[in-house]
Amino acid sequence: VSDGAVIAVLRNSDAARAVARFAAISAVALAVFAAVLLAAGKDPLSAYADTFRHLFASAYGFSELLVRVTPLLLAAVAVALPARLGLINVGGEGQLYMGAFMASAGAFMFPGASAWILLPFVVFMGFLGGALWAAIPGFLRAGKLVNETVATLLLNYVSPLIVGYFIFGPWRATENSAYPQSPRYPDAALLPDFFGTRIHAGLLIALAALVAYWLIMEKTRWGLEMKAIGGNPEAALRLGIAVPVWIVAALAIGGGFAGLAGMGEAMGIAGRLRQSLSPGYGFTGFLIAWLAAGRPLGILFMAFLFAIITSAGDTLQISQGLPYAVVNILLATILFVVLGRGSGFGKAK
Amino acid sequence: MTTPLILGLLAGAILSGTSLLYATLGETLVERSGIVNLGLEGILLVGASVGFSVAAVSGNAWLGLAAAAAAGALVNLMFGWLVVSRKANQLASGLAMMFFGFGASALVGAPHVGAVIAGLPKWRPSWLADLSWVKATTLFDYDLLTWLAVPVALLVWWALFRTRWGLGVRAVGESPAAAYAAGRDPSVLQYQALLCGGLLAGLAGAHLSLSLTLTWAEFMTAGRGFIAIALVIFSKWNPLRAIAGALLFGGTEALELQLQARGSDISPFLLQMSPYLLTLIVLLAWGGSRRLAAPASLGRTFYGSS
Repeated sequence: VSDGAVIAVLRNSDAARAVARFAAISAVALAVFAAVLLAAGKDPLSAYADTFRHLFASAYGFSELLVRVTPLLLAAVAVALPARLGLINVGGEGQLYMGAFMASAGAFMFPGASAWILLPFVVFMGFLGGALWAAIPGFLRAGKLVNETVATLLLNYVSPLIVGYFIFGPWRATENSAYPQSPRYPDAALLPDFFGTRIHAGLLIALAALVAYWLIMEKTRWGLEMKAIGGNPEAALRLGIAVPVWIVAALAIGGGFAGLAGMGEAMGIAGRLRQSLSPGYGFTGFLIAWLAAGRPLGILFMAFLFAIITSAGDTLQISQGLPYAVVNILLATILFVVLGRGSGFGKAK
Repeated sequence: MTTPLILGLLAGAILSGTSLLYATLGETLVERSGIVNLGLEGILLVGASVGFSVAAVSGNAWLGLAAAAAAGALVNLMFGWLVVSRKANQLASGLAMMFFGFGASALVGAPHVGAVIAGLPKWRPSWLADLSWVKATTLFDYDLLTWLAVPVALLVWWALFRTRWGLGVRAVGESPAAAYAAGRDPSVLQYQALLCGGLLAGLAGAHLSLSLTLTWAEFMTAGRGFIAIALVIFSKWNPLRAIAGALLFGGTEALELQLQARGSDISPFLLQMSPYLLTLIVLLAWGGSRRLAAPASLGRTFYGSS
């Protein structure tokens, strides 16, 4: 393919236009956030420069970006899949914790098993944990009992408490009692990591999940049925599509992916179960899926972008002495600018 | 159970329920005008943080209270700009406000973590304090916000159901097109409802930090905003029923504290789950049948005017 052809494709493609549009939006959001930092008596330019240097000046910094992309991709797919049916899953955070919890239970259940058995089992348990947790709002919605938005939001607050109960109680590590956490998982339950960095096999699982999401949506009858429900549930029901079953299934599968994100953070990064597993990956995943309008490539792009943004949260914390949560203002500003423009992404409904 | 225990529970329920009631009333007003604000959690956080910070800096809790109400109104007006003026998706806009509240409250509150404040003064009329069954409890020993909680609920009810303004707000919530045809401007009424709702949500947040805990901690509202949204459904969008709902949830929290104080064997983590699970159960029991009570145009964007 000649350079000219590539440029022609880029010029005409929707993807390129979307990227250009989003670059403009990001610039506005960064400027607004800079003003906020300035008002707080901080130096926004040095904060941005620190973030940039931290991420791109060394191979290690860049590897940390990929470490962060891993849970974000999974959390975004967890939102995007049910969204095709018009379901709003804002419970990724809770499903993530439930996945980590169940995976931990699996690891502690068979401490002597070999990695060939334990690793797949732990991955399965992570998926199962998130899936079961998301199935609850699924059943409530399918039975027209409780709106899934409210139910998923409420359950976010419950699963970290379940994790808290276990790491303060039955699973509390004995060797270091100052910091409540579980004992280390058996080595066979740990996800392998690559190149001496913290990048772990969860990244492959996340990429596989994204491909699976694309395949299911575009290449299978299931995807077609789900999109039909999203378009017009009444018509889908009359066509003989089992709408209630799909509502439960889509939320459960989505929750399963969020559960895998939690499993990855526990088995790939921490090596133990902790209450501080996620700095809000579940919520950020919602933003990614929403801004990407559920498109797989868009999710990949946005996951990288939000990995950079949330890394800025670490910089704020370390070099500027601000709470990590302040980075939420930047997330809000991006969303605010996109919504305020009143066109493009997610204009539906 | 003994009488002092029950009275203690009731006293705790009223104190914990206060902020939930203000938050529920604020959301009721907003939802009656046809707008769902999922960002309530963030607004409560902003109210708690701004209220505490201003009180810590100025040494005056009343100033903190006023600042919290103003901050709540400001955030709601920003939300209004998105959903009313720009006609953006309400759920996504609400989440944007939630994120904003998470971040802004952390930013504002950070320098004041651990600060010691006087809090809102509590006041118990002497003729009540002298009653023998009241003496041993904290019953009726409340700050101004708690004393005014039920009167404010009555006021919101009166404004919604007995004034021309309230009729307009409810009309917009049911059918903005009809309200517009009748000569009412839906945008103006929605902004007004958002302004009042924001004031109430700001007060709700401030009550947590200025009266209940006397501290600021990140994410200290712990989902109360979402519980309040569920309470709006439970109370059928009626401010008077919201009183019962807020008492029920305040009671759960009070029971939780009582059990912990008495050294109960139940894990505090399991106790802390109870409000969220109770909310789900309440929605499960009453939510479905109450859908008809919802404003007919709740969550829909009106493109007709302007």
